[in-house]
Amino acid sequence: MSHATTHQHDVVIIGGGGAGLRAAIAIAEENPSFSVACVSKVYPMRSHTVTAEGGAAAVIKPNDSLEDHIYDTISGADWLADQDAVEYFVNRAPSEMIQLEHWGCPWSRMADGSVAVRPFGGMKIERTWFAADKTGFHMLHSLFQTTLKYGNIVRYDEHFASKLLLDDEGRCRGCAAIELRTGTVRAILGKSVIICTGGAGKAFPFTTNGAIKTGDGMAMAYHAGVALKDMEFIQYHPTGLPGTGILITEASRGEGGILVNKDGYRYLQDYDLGEALDVSDPRHPQKRAMELGPRDKLSQCFIKEKNAGRTIKTKDGDAVHLDLRHLGAAKIDKRIPFVRELARSYAGIDPVHQPIPVRPVVHYVMGGIDVDSNSATNIPGLYAAGECACVSINGANRLGSNSLTELLVFGAQAGTHAARFAMDKPDYDVSGLEAQAADEGERIRRTWFRTRTRSGSERIAVLRNELHDAMEDGAGIYRDADSLDAACEKIAELRDRYRKVVLDDHTNSFNTELTAALELSSLLDVAEAMAHSARERTESRGSHQRLDHPDRNDDDFLAHTLAFRADGGGAPRIEYRPVTITKWPPGERTYGADSGLKRPADEPGEAGEPGEPGEPS
Amino acid sequence: MSNNGKMTLEIFRYHPETDAEPRYQSYEVPYNEDWVVLDAINWIKDHMDGSVTYRWSCRMGVCGSCGMMVNGEPKLTCAAFLKDYYPGAVRVDPLVNFPVERDLLISMDGFMEKLEAVKPYIIRDDVNDTSEGEYRQSPAELARYKQFSMCINCMLCYSACPVVGHEEEFLGPAALALGHRYNKDSRDQGQSERMEVMLSNEAMWGCTFVGECSVVCPKHVDPAGAIQQAKAAGAQEYFKSFVMPRSS
Repeated sequence: MSHATTHQHDVVIIGGGGAGLRAAIAIAEENPSFSVACVSKVYPMRSHTVTAEGGAAAVIKPNDSLEDHIYDTISGADWLADQDAVEYFVNRAPSEMIQLEHWGCPWSRMADGSVAVRPFGGMKIERTWFAADKTGFHMLHSLFQTTLKYGNIVRYDEHFASKLLLDDEGRCRGCAAIELRTGTVRAILGKSVIICTGGAGKAFPFTTNGAIKTGDGMAMAYHAGVALKDMEFIQYHPTGLPGTGILITEASRGEGGILVNKDGYRYLQDYDLGEALDVSDPRHPQKRAMELGPRDKLSQCFIKEKNAGRTIKTKDGDAVHLDLRHLGAAKIDKRIPFVRELARSYAGIDPVHQPIPVRPVVHYVMGGIDVDSNSATNIPGLYAAGECACVSINGANRLGSNSLTELLVFGAQAGTHAARFAMDKPDYDVSGLEAQAADEGERIRRTWFRTRTRSGSERIAVLRNELHDAMEDGAGIYRDADSLDAACEKIAELRDRYRKVVLDDHTNSFNTELTAALELSSLLDVAEAMAHSARERTESRGSHQRLDHPDRNDDDFLAHTLAFRADGGGAPRIEYRPVTITKWPPGERTYGADSGLKRPADEPGEAGEPGEPGEPS
Repeated sequence: MSNNGKMTLEIFRYHPETDAEPRYQSYEVPYNEDWVVLDAINWIKDHMDGSVTYRWSCRMGVCGSCGMMVNGEPKLTCAAFLKDYYPGAVRVDPLVNFPVERDLLISMDGFMEKLEAVKPYIIRDDVNDTSEGEYRQSPAELARYKQFSMCINCMLCYSACPVVGHEEEFLGPAALALGHRYNKDSRDQGQSERMEVMLSNEAMWGCTFVGECSVVCPKHVDPAGAIQQAKAAGAQEYFKSFVMPRSS
């Protein structure tokens, strides 16, 4: 780690995925004189947004309504979403999606040239825009390529941000970041900061998440004094490939795929998710029912089937079958070609001819950095957007295809508000921040490169694997007090042992062992917040299912969990904040034939059923 | 049959801070028929040698990070299965035609500049407000550029291309295909601006349609086809510039 160098901008964005890039464009467009820094530990097009497959929800068709999208999201969230935020999100979603269309995103189209939409789980009507089944890839590349238009967006690619820098007034004014090529710690300063660093699925062993999803931004905010909100809510996607955890998109069920147990039986019909219509029935796949139920419930049904001995044994554990064969090769190749490619490559299965073995897999963290409905944290000048943030629109269970849209809506919003803050509070003392960054560089050097002051023999991978086991065993799809106690205890032990981790690599350039060590530290912070928050929530809601408290308890827990880091580490302090309810009082979450709001347009013949998109996409 | 043996990986090692010369280092890893080359390298980093340096993330062939030479061929290591090499050894090198930063990690600076050079974004004189709805684009119009929009920037094509090997200035297959992708997009009006960049890249005319780029492309983008189409369009544009003045 050599000496800090300083770089000054108006707004600093940490993270170059969908939310970070959208924020950068918002600022660059609205404030052409502003300089925007985009700091990312990878090149932006490597960001995990790239792997999202199925689509992005926004009301665009005449047979749909904003009200329905709001209701689906709130009920999908098991009423833990803040309804003012959901309303804002749903109202803004269409124009953000059209904006991305204007920026070149290759959306799949109808014959008349309008964008096509497909059904998704928990959504009452088809409203999910898609670019075949590489929606996240196309959105990320469209955004990244669009940022290249703006001379005032300055990228810091392959810079690992490790600490937020706060001025004497307690305002966030930038970050310390390791330039990976040289090992230099830079002070990247701005008048405001937005964290867009994504989720933390890598706290778990079996996840769709890429290697980079280690909760770094969540941990940075947590250390700076921002609460991590609702961290006990972790989404298991019901259909991952056993072994690798590679995601098979929900769009495969939106297109009509079915889930069957070892007897070939569509087991979801046994769990209040509606009637198993024949796949040739024109009403199949039925929205908000069966295979298009919400992800939390489908993953929970898997465990129940497993416990009843009705799952399929594979060498990589229990599985059920996702059967797409009735869709036929033409439809599969047109609408979900990546599913076929992935299943062939990684499971040796051609879904045209064989069912795909799948099992639930950790996919998304509903919780995150506590922000208000303006994407602002409790630290002045610090904002967050995307998976790392918790607004919350996702509550206790996110609906598939809401997160890609969330990147756009709240990325843009965070950009606008951060720019406004930068205009209002422009002055800060550079030298104090520089000194903090220099200290951070020195801390990293002292901690990791001075072998004489660091004794021990722990390896990163050993600790990471033990953390994985603790989280899967203790904080999986079903939890109870005992399992969560054990997880909390194990995490505390791992924190202790973390101090004894030694590195093989003491060099400066591209020291990816050092970054892995820093990432492990982030994961320990995030896992701690998850396990403690889950232990304190003695009810079951959405993705948080307590075997010892099986019912939802609105009297005590219609509230967000706020986990504040304890000084010096250890058990976080837990507080609660009531959920914002505007028009939709908590109700029973129902799926199946009669679920959701009734509207005249639901009657056959009145709804403007969209036809097939005319051509391959 | 998994875990029933060992396999040898020979990894290219070079660290500018400590090594005068590159070298190969051999590691014996457990053989698992489900593993890809990247899994074996991760195993080495986790259990044997934390200093081995490379890029990776998604492990599902879409982030584009983990391109390397596997037994001399450019591959996504997350999509190259050990079983296709077993029981032979696997030699892993950094992608060729790029400067090596350290071990298997190459410099992307030049590539990023080339991507940016082709103006890979929608250029229009008249920008609609979002309240006017989406631009209409028929499925047939989409099909004209869709294939060229599938590039994951993995850069395997730059390692395969003989022109990239000896013409540093060559924009290269991925960047030219991306420029062509926007030229073919019915929503775009920036073709002449973009073509100025592409056509003035003299090395493009040195592309003899060897087609190696399209062979190694893991996403079937067919950059060779894109370059041929761009050249044909460029020749027309060049001809037009004689018969009519360029509109500004």
